[in-house]
Amino acid sequence: MTARTLFDRIWDAHVVQELADDVALLYVDLHLVHEVTSPQAFAGLRAAGRSVRRPELTLATVDHNVPTGDRSLPVDDPVAARQLDALGANAREFGIELFDLASPNQGIVHVIAPELGATQPGMLIVCGDSHTSTHGAFGAFALGLGTSEVEHVLATQCLVLAKPRNLEAHFTGVRATGVSAKDLILALIGRIGTAGAVGHVIEYTGDAIRALTMEERMTVCNMSIEAGARAGMIAPDETTFDYLSGRPRAPVGGAWDRAVERWRALRTDPGARYDTRVTLDASSVAPQVTWGTHPGMVVDITGRVPNPADLPTDHERRAAARALEYMGLTPGTPLEGIPIDRVFVGSCTNARIEDLRAAASVVRGLHVAPRVRAMVVPGSQRVKREAEREGLDRVFREAGFEWRNAGCSMCLGMNADVLGVGERCAATSNRNFEGRQGRGGRTHLMSPTMAAAAAIAGQLVDVRAWRRAEVA
Amino acid sequence: MEPFVRHRGKAAALPRQDVDTDQIIPKQFLRGLERTGLGASLFFDWRAQPGFELNDPATEGASILITGPNFGCGSSREHAVWALAEYGFRAIIAPSFADIFFANCCRNGVVPVQLGPALVDTLMQRAQRATVGGARRYEVVVDLAEQSVSDESGFVAPFAFDPYRRELLLRGLDEIDRTLLEEPRIAEYERLHQ
Ligand code: SF4
Repeated sequence: MTARTLFDRIWDAHVVQELADDVALLYVDLHLVHEVTSPQAFAGLRAAGRSVRRPELTLATVDHNVPTGDRSLPVDDPVAARQLDALGANAREFGIELFDLASPNQGIVHVIAPELGATQPGMLIVCGDSHTSTHGAFGAFALGLGTSEVEHVLATQCLVLAKPRNLEAHFTGVRATGVSAKDLILALIGRIGTAGAVGHVIEYTGDAIRALTMEERMTVCNMSIEAGARAGMIAPDETTFDYLSGRPRAPVGGAWDRAVERWRALRTDPGARYDTRVTLDASSVAPQVTWGTHPGMVVDITGRVPNPADLPTDHERRAAARALEYMGLTPGTPLEGIPIDRVFVGSCTNARIEDLRAAASVVRGLHVAPRVRAMVVPGSQRVKREAEREGLDRVFREAGFEWRNAGCSMCLGMNADVLGVGERCAATSNRNFEGRQGRGGRTHLMSPTMAAAAAIAGQLVDVRAWRRAEVA
Repeated sequence: MEPFVRHRGKAAALPRQDVDTDQIIPKQFLRGLERTGLGASLFFDWRAQPGFELNDPATEGASILITGPNFGCGSSREHAVWALAEYGFRAIIAPSFADIFFANCCRNGVVPVQLGPALVDTLMQRAQRATVGGARRYEVVVDLAEQSVSDESGFVAPFAFDPYRRELLLRGLDEIDRTLLEEPRIAEYERLHQ
């Protein structure tokens, strides 16, 4: 048998039928559903008189437009309430398990499935959401779909896909203190561009990846889509098994042992060929901050806002000039020292317990700068409870942060959490597109510690230097 | 789905790269329960800006969009394609597309045509020249059966297209119906993977 990559292995194991050259019908192991991209899919099923083929492999939660304030109050936005109610009704009608606003398991879809142990190595996981790539951290093939595909999976438990190519992103070396998983992935996107991995599945390899915790691996895989990739994945290892062991949906006893044995085989054979390969030295990566209106417009915090005139193509020059105008920035301005109005610690990229611990460690005993409004939105109610058990909520509150309930919140501003026109935000989320966090809002993407430090300083700062200054 | 064999229509140029689906249809329009009613909100925020290309009355009635690389990146929201389709676009020509967006187009009878950057530039310039001041109509033919793009001024370029998707588009087939033809295979897979 020829040498195969991790992705080839998972692909082969899920082929139900080859439909054409390189196009296959694949079987889906786990289908995650949320309120915003599913109503039309359920309506389609109903109109065609179809049912959900495997409701027990389908899991629903509400996250995108849920309010993150007081959960004892009714949802006061009638439009949001209509979508939340629709998902409730659809879940009941089609027999799908739902974590609604009252559920202790509610949270961002890409945070809850891993923490429940529903996300497992070797699986094919889909969701009507582009950041489904997050689940690849477990050595799964996890990809985002449009609503018609969601309907297709509900009806058939299968997916039609042209096989993507393989891209290896190899991270050597050891990360410096103050440099996070978020910086690694932002640096990669900065290098290869937002279309750098279109048509590919990225496998992240190398010592710097092996050294990551599961939560850090999720941060990396989460942003694969921001490089244009169909999915991102990391071969499972002891870190993966330790994380999963004892989780509510993970196998137990003999089934666990058999599963781990199977999972150990999920790796790329020596000599297997990737279509594309990129190498990045993790020890040379500095904390990253975006300056523009897509995640590829990123520089080291020690850098400056670039000059569009220095860019190679006309398209890029125009795009950069437009981005700077939108962002209200002048070429040559040092990133450090740019004043901010808002801070958002949240999203499926960086709102897990380790992220909150990291951010809390920076703000402990300090206070948010006077003009700045800062909020922490845990990725799930489980994360929230754990943080409260550890007293992190108090650390944040005492530092002047708002402490919220779980949801997507200001990552995309579908609920009441939005930026005002011209407001500048240090955000731990994954997209700095125009208007993403609110019409006219300006987003700078960065790691949780960088965002936390910015909240205290009232401006963008290098968390490495800033920490030394704090200690001195 | 409406079949797509060959379409001749007015072309509009949107010379921008990395146009993300948040721009195509901002989040405030994702709150509905239907696939319809989105066309009027296409590029909502950009439409409020005076210089936005599609504000030019000369682009009115365009059914083919010519644009820059990595079109449709970002969010998986199919609402972006529903909005483009309802607005009247039947084909989009660009040097490259984001993967999820590409798939979403195919499932809604909108044909994403990938051409080399120089070819797209040629079409873009011709469309821009024609639409400036609304002097005349610039029409392009997207022929999925022949897999070619052409205009009346001698432009002809072939394009590649995944044969499986092409067949569904040409015949306007429902993909779920097509997949259900494989029912015995699906059941067999399930039996083997209990
Ligand atoms: S947190 Fe943001 S990126 Fe993640 S699923 Fe929610 S809206 Fe999408």
